[in-house]
Amino acid sequence: MNTSSFDIAFAIKVAYLVSAVLFIIGLKLLGSAATARNGNRVSAAGMLLAIVVTLLDRQIVTFPVIIAGLVVGTALGAVMARMVKMTAMPQFVAAFNGFGGAASALVAIDEFMKLAESPADIPIDIEISIVLGVIIGWITLSGSLIAFGKLQEVISTKPVQFPFQKVVSGVVAIAILAMAVVALIMDNVPLFIGLSIACLLLGVLLVIPIGGADMPVVISLLNSYSGLAAAAAGFALNNVLLIVAGSLVGASGIILTQVMTKAMNRSLLNVLFGAFGAAATGGKGAQAAGGPKAYREATPEDAAIALAYAQRAVFVPGYGLAVARAQHQIKELATMMENRGVDVKYAIHPVAGRMPGHMNVLLAEADVPYDKLYDLDQINDKFEDTDIVLVVGANDVVNPAARDNPGSPIYGMPVLNVDKAKQVIVMKRSMNPGFAGLDNDLFYKPNSVMLFGDAQASLVKLITEMKALS
Amino acid sequence: MIDSGLLDQIYIFVLAIFVGYVLITKVPPTLHTPLMSGANAVSGIVILGALIVAGREGGVTATVLGFLAVVLAMINVVGGFVVTDRMLQMFRKEPRNKRS
Repeated sequence: MNTSSFDIAFAIKVAYLVSAVLFIIGLKLLGSAATARNGNRVSAAGMLLAIVVTLLDRQIVTFPVIIAGLVVGTALGAVMARMVKMTAMPQFVAAFNGFGGAASALVAIDEFMKLAESPADIPIDIEISIVLGVIIGWITLSGSLIAFGKLQEVISTKPVQFPFQKVVSGVVAIAILAMAVVALIMDNVPLFIGLSIACLLLGVLLVIPIGGADMPVVISLLNSYSGLAAAAAGFALNNVLLIVAGSLVGASGIILTQVMTKAMNRSLLNVLFGAFGAAATGGKGAQAAGGPKAYREATPEDAAIALAYAQRAVFVPGYGLAVARAQHQIKELATMMENRGVDVKYAIHPVAGRMPGHMNVLLAEADVPYDKLYDLDQINDKFEDTDIVLVVGANDVVNPAARDNPGSPIYGMPVLNVDKAKQVIVMKRSMNPGFAGLDNDLFYKPNSVMLFGDAQASLVKLITEMKALS
Repeated sequence: MIDSGLLDQIYIFVLAIFVGYVLITKVPPTLHTPLMSGANAVSGIVILGALIVAGREGGVTATVLGFLAVVLAMINVVGGFVVTDRMLQMFRKEPRNKRS
């Protein structure tokens, strides 16, 4: 090793240390709304630094391929990030998790090809890291693409099940392990093709039986996997920064997964293998009481009057609001009420959207100040003093059965206690059950009225009626 | 076969997991989506590995795989940071006075 290459290697390591610190500071700053934007910039600076110094690495001999890849990737990433609608953010993040996973798998395979060429034995720890990178990376890719399809509703959002599903998944998993072991012992590159296909298949098998309502958990978990895949690639390439950054992301995904499963009162295993919301559990509900139950329907005029003359109102937006892209209308209605002296708060259930924190982003897009958004814990004791609750396209997260009915599949899930308010207006497209396929007792309570229609159209009607009042 | 280098790496891995866990436990739910997309961008760190495998000497297959890895990782990095910034610029404590 001559002096100059030693210096460069040393400089790269120092720069990587700076990058690692920037990532940690960046994540720290992401923890508060006031500093989050700077935090993201700090992380981006760490990434830029790491990329630039990596280009100095002496192993790199040809630049055209790299430059082409950087240009294409940057262009595609920038265009996608600018085009994506805030309502489509969960799909977008799912797809990006998948891309990161795929990149890790490709890097690991490439490294194996390189090592297999040389006559020397590959150290066992490197081999294991490579195989882990390949397995986690490909599962992240195909699992993310299925999650993307479900969120985009190009694949059924219902759990897709077939006979012996778990057996098939188990067999594929065993095949993956077997191929991995053989590939390592024989230093066999072609076997990685079979291994890759089996991993992609397993990713599909793992995510396809999970219902759309559980996608927040799945995205969080895949987020974690994409980090772990990068960390595994770091072990394989002996790159400390990959290990550090990958494990930071792995930890963050695990935390978000925990937050989501806690908000659903379910274990991770139950989410992954429980096929929640399948026909078998969905059938239970209203029919048990015998015949259809009675509910009351409100006109937009009645609803507007009730909202306009309340003192304290809470809005509960759910995914229906996101689907109808009605975040601007709900904000307009809130502003009109506030101008009349009504106190308006927003209650956000952790699983209100299709990914953690999704609803907050949508309302931020509509210029709702973030200090008007209340978490479950902050708002639940305030419903008794609330004159009126407006539920917009939310269903399971306001279902009192989760609190009162031990027979309900969602029993124990923390819900917003909107039924404790003096009056509840539920805006919904129809009486059809929500994502979990359950009937909702809230709709039949004496203090509840229904206002049917698309969330955006109904909000526009409410706004029109309220204008007529003044 | 397993040298102390590996142990050092595992050491770093475990500590980084703890750092990540402690840092992110405190993030309020309002910021969970930007947190995830920002973390997602950081997981694009595998771009470093992709650059090396794409740029070093190797056969055509290895170079093609490396190229794909660079493209995918770079989409992840750039897209992740840009979209996170787009989201975070919308988070405000006071509403904007006038919207265009």
